[in-house]
Amino acid sequence: MPERSPGFAALTWRQYRLERRMFWRNPSAAFFNFLLPLLFLVLFAAVLTKQSDRDVIVPGIAGMAVLATTFSALAYNMVFLREQGILKRVRGTPLPSGAYLLGIAGNAITNTAVQIVLITVAGKLFYGVAWPRDVGELVFFVVLGVLCFASLGVALAHAIPSFEAATVYVNLIFLPVVFISIDAAHDPSFLKGIAEGLPLKHLVDGLSGAMVTGAGIGDNVAALGVLVLWTAIGFALAIRGFSWEQRRA
Amino acid sequence: MRRVSDELAIEVRGLRKRYGDFEAVRGIDFSVRRGEVFGLLGPNGAGKTTTVEVLEGYRERSDGVVTVLGHDPQLRPRALRERVGIVLQSTGIYRHLTVREVLTHFAGLYPHPREVGETIEVAGLRGKEDARTRTLSGGQLRRLDLALALIGDPELIFLDEPTTGFDPAARREAWDTIRSLKALGKTVLLTTHYLDEAQALADRVAIVKDGRILIEGAPGELGASGGRYRVAWRNGSGMLTQRETDDPTTLLHELTSAALARGERLEGLSVTRPTLEDVYLELTADA
Repeated sequence: MPERSPGFAALTWRQYRLERRMFWRNPSAAFFNFLLPLLFLVLFAAVLTKQSDRDVIVPGIAGMAVLATTFSALAYNMVFLREQGILKRVRGTPLPSGAYLLGIAGNAITNTAVQIVLITVAGKLFYGVAWPRDVGELVFFVVLGVLCFASLGVALAHAIPSFEAATVYVNLIFLPVVFISIDAAHDPSFLKGIAEGLPLKHLVDGLSGAMVTGAGIGDNVAALGVLVLWTAIGFALAIRGFSWEQRRA
Repeated sequence: MRRVSDELAIEVRGLRKRYGDFEAVRGIDFSVRRGEVFGLLGPNGAGKTTTVEVLEGYRERSDGVVTVLGHDPQLRPRALRERVGIVLQSTGIYRHLTVREVLTHFAGLYPHPREVGETIEVAGLRGKEDARTRTLSGGQLRRLDLALALIGDPELIFLDEPTTGFDPAARREAWDTIRSLKALGKTVLLTTHYLDEAQALADRVAIVKDGRILIEGAPGELGASGGRYRVAWRNGSGMLTQRETDDPTTLLHELTSAALARGERLEGLSVTRPTLEDVYLELTADA
C-alpha cells in the first residue's frame, strides 16, 4: 500500500479536537460539571466576606475544580462510552488505544486548565486574593492533581455498573470529599483524619501554598507523598480493571 | 502451501473459547475464501458472536489456530485493523455529531478511506448527512454502523446479525447493500439466525449449535446433502401421503405404474428436496 497510516500524534490531536467539539455540543452533564466549581466559588465568596476566609476558599475551589474536571468528568465519560459501546467500536478501528485515551484525557485537562485560570482571575479581580505567589508551583500541583484524579476517575468508572448509577457513585464520593477537604483545618478531628488520608486535602494544601501562603513544594512534602501514592493506586486500578465492553446485566 | 493460505481470508482450526466453566465454542473449523460471503447460522447462544469476536480481535481464544488476512487477530495488529470493517450487534456512536462528522472522523483513522459522500450513499443515508446521530431511527443507526464499517475501505467485513430488528423493506435494502459488497470483491463474514438471510446472501453457510459446527456447505447443497427426496401425493381416497427416499426414480416409477394400472391419477404429486430450513430445524432441534 502506498498510503501511509496516520501517525500517533496526528491521531491523538484529531481525537482531542473531536472531544472538544463534543464537549461544547453537549449541553447537560458535562457542562454542569464544568460550571459547578464556578458556582461554588461565587456562592462561597458571597457567604464568606472575610479576606482570610476567601484566601482559604479560593485554593479550595481550585482543588475542587481539578476533582470535578478530571475525576468526576472522566468517571462519567468512561462509563458512558463503555455502556454505549463506543469504546468497543473504537477498539475495532486502527486508532491506537493510547491516542484515543490521550485525546479524551486531553479534553478533561483542557477543562482543568480553563477552570484554574478562571478561578485565579476571579479570585484576584473579585475576591481580593493576590496573584499566585509561584506560578510554576501552581502548575506543578495542578499537573499532579490531574494525574492523580484522572487516574482515580478512570478507576472508579470500572466499579460503576451502569450509566444510570454513575451520578450516584460519583457524587457519593465527590461531595463528601470536597466538603471535608477544601477547608480541612476547620474540620472536627475525625473528619480531619479522613481528609488527611485522601488526596484532595493535600492538593488544596499545595495549591494554597502556590496561590496564597507562599509555602514551597519543599514545605509540602507530606502532601506530595500522599498525592503520589494515590496517583500510583489510581493508575494501577485504572489499567488493571479497564474494560472496553459494556457490562451485561 | 503459501499460495493456498493467501487465498483464504479467514482460517479457523480447532477454535475453542471458555468463559470460566462454560465452553461457548467447542472446537470449530472453517475457512472463508477471499471474495466469499460466508454465513454462520444458528440459534441465539450458539456461539456465533463469540466466534466472530475472536476473529475481530475482541476476545482471546482458549485454544486453536485463527488466521485473518494472514494475521493472528488476538495480537490486534494495526495492519489488520486497517483492512477490516466491523458491524457489531449493538454499538453506540457520538450522539451530538452529525452523520457526516462521524464518518469524516473515522475516515481519518485509515490509510486509504472511502469517500465520505459515496459511503453515505452506499449505506442509504443520503439526506441524513447533517442530522445529529441521536435523531436517527434504529434502522438509520444500523446503516450508519454499516457506513462506519465501510469507511476504511476494508477487504473483509464482519456483519454480526446485521438485520435484526429491521422491517422487511429495510432488510431487503440491507441485503442489496451486502450483495453490492460482494460485487466489489469484498469478503463478508455474516452471522444470522434468519434462514432466509443466509440463503439469500451467503455463498456458504455453517450451521452452529452449542459451540460446534453441525454442517457446512452452500445453502442450496445443504438441503440436498442427506440425499433424501420427499415424494408426496394424494391417494385414491384423497389422503395426502408422503414418503422419503434416496431413489426417487424407482419410487416414482412404482407409484405411477400402480396408479396407471388402477386407472387413477396421482393428484398433487410432488417431489421435493429438504430445504435449508428443514435441515436447520432438524439439526438445531433439542434432543
